[in-house]
Amino acid sequence: MDLAWMAWTWQTGLFFIGIAAALALMTTLAAVRPERPRVGVLSLSTTRGDRLFITLLGSAFIHLAWLGIVGPDVWWASAISLFYAAAVFRWV
Amino acid sequence: MIKPVNQKAWFLVAPVLLIVAFSAVIPLMTVVNYSVQDTFGNNQFFWNGVGWFSELLDRSTDLGGRFFDSLGRNLLFSAIILAIEVPLGIVIALSMPREGWRVAATLVLMALPLLIPWNVVGTIWQIFARGDIGLLGAAVNALGVDYNYVSNPLHAWITIVTMDVWHWTSLVALLCYAGLKSIPDAYYQAARIDGASRWAVFRTIQLPKMQRVLLIAVLLRFMDSFMIYTEPFVVTGGGPGNSTTFLSIELVKLALGQFDLGKAAALSIVYNLIILAVCWVFYTVMTKADAKAGAA
Repeated sequence: MDLAWMAWTWQTGLFFIGIAAALALMTTLAAVRPERPRVGVLSLSTTRGDRLFITLLGSAFIHLAWLGIVGPDVWWASAISLFYAAAVFRWV
Repeated sequence: MIKPVNQKAWFLVAPVLLIVAFSAVIPLMTVVNYSVQDTFGNNQFFWNGVGWFSELLDRSTDLGGRFFDSLGRNLLFSAIILAIEVPLGIVIALSMPREGWRVAATLVLMALPLLIPWNVVGTIWQIFARGDIGLLGAAVNALGVDYNYVSNPLHAWITIVTMDVWHWTSLVALLCYAGLKSIPDAYYQAARIDGASRWAVFRTIQLPKMQRVLLIAVLLRFMDSFMIYTEPFVVTGGGPGNSTTFLSIELVKLALGQFDLGKAAALSIVYNLIILAVCWVFYTVMTKADAKAGAA
């Protein structure tokens, strides 16, 4: 199957592998260890999947905000996103 | 006690996921791939990193200026139509008949604009509002108002907003009507016994009972108006100048007009993220309202 039309780069490839791995992990966890939704600081009832979604969406905006306000050095935004992810999974 | 959530049923949606993969996920992945590269055609791509995104988020560049301007127009448009359609829809729903043959007649009449394809709505209004041959445009001009949506940005906006109100207020009204119909008669009887005024009945019975459908109406209308493309494209083509160029029109100009796939991809990703975030907020608010209604 020729996927050249999708204009792949190894960077975006890694990005999607990361997301796919996170989704696969969540799916496996959900099947192996069913959970109860939890109410966190935002007083929202969230499951692990919800928290992953909030993490991914929030990280995207953190990166965009960094690009728009600070500059093109997005690794710092990625570092902030990691802290953000930890915070979301811990407290939300 | 809250039961543990069993997520195994999700495996049953696998076939749908497969279809969505081909119709949405793979194209979206391609867009992400485009957004970090530049191309001059011939399927040759050059790495550009986050360059397009930096440019997009910088107001001083051409791309950034266009993005923020059209985003502002989009938000203004959504705010205006929501401010008009929601109250108007409520008023219409309140004045719709509750029983008898007139119910069916009103419902059919209300649903008519919703059944017309979007490009046809655009064409109808494009002709209807024309100063030379259109009924509306010619009538307004005959009243002495120099109305011309082709050259005057304000008139173009009025035309598009009026068109959207004509097209979609029915949806809000029908949703509110459904909400009103679900109120048991006992509430009204109690209000009558208490001698409640018309306004008090609306404030304390009808509006709270309509809250959920109103949320759905606001969500639907916001998303639709934020993604509007066909109608302004047909009526004004984004003009005069750029005055009615919304994000979607800007996107098509970039992607298909200029063939700037990288810039267009960056814009569509940011556009997509905004919509996703707003959807999530609305969804969360709605499910919370649901949970509250369930608990009450």
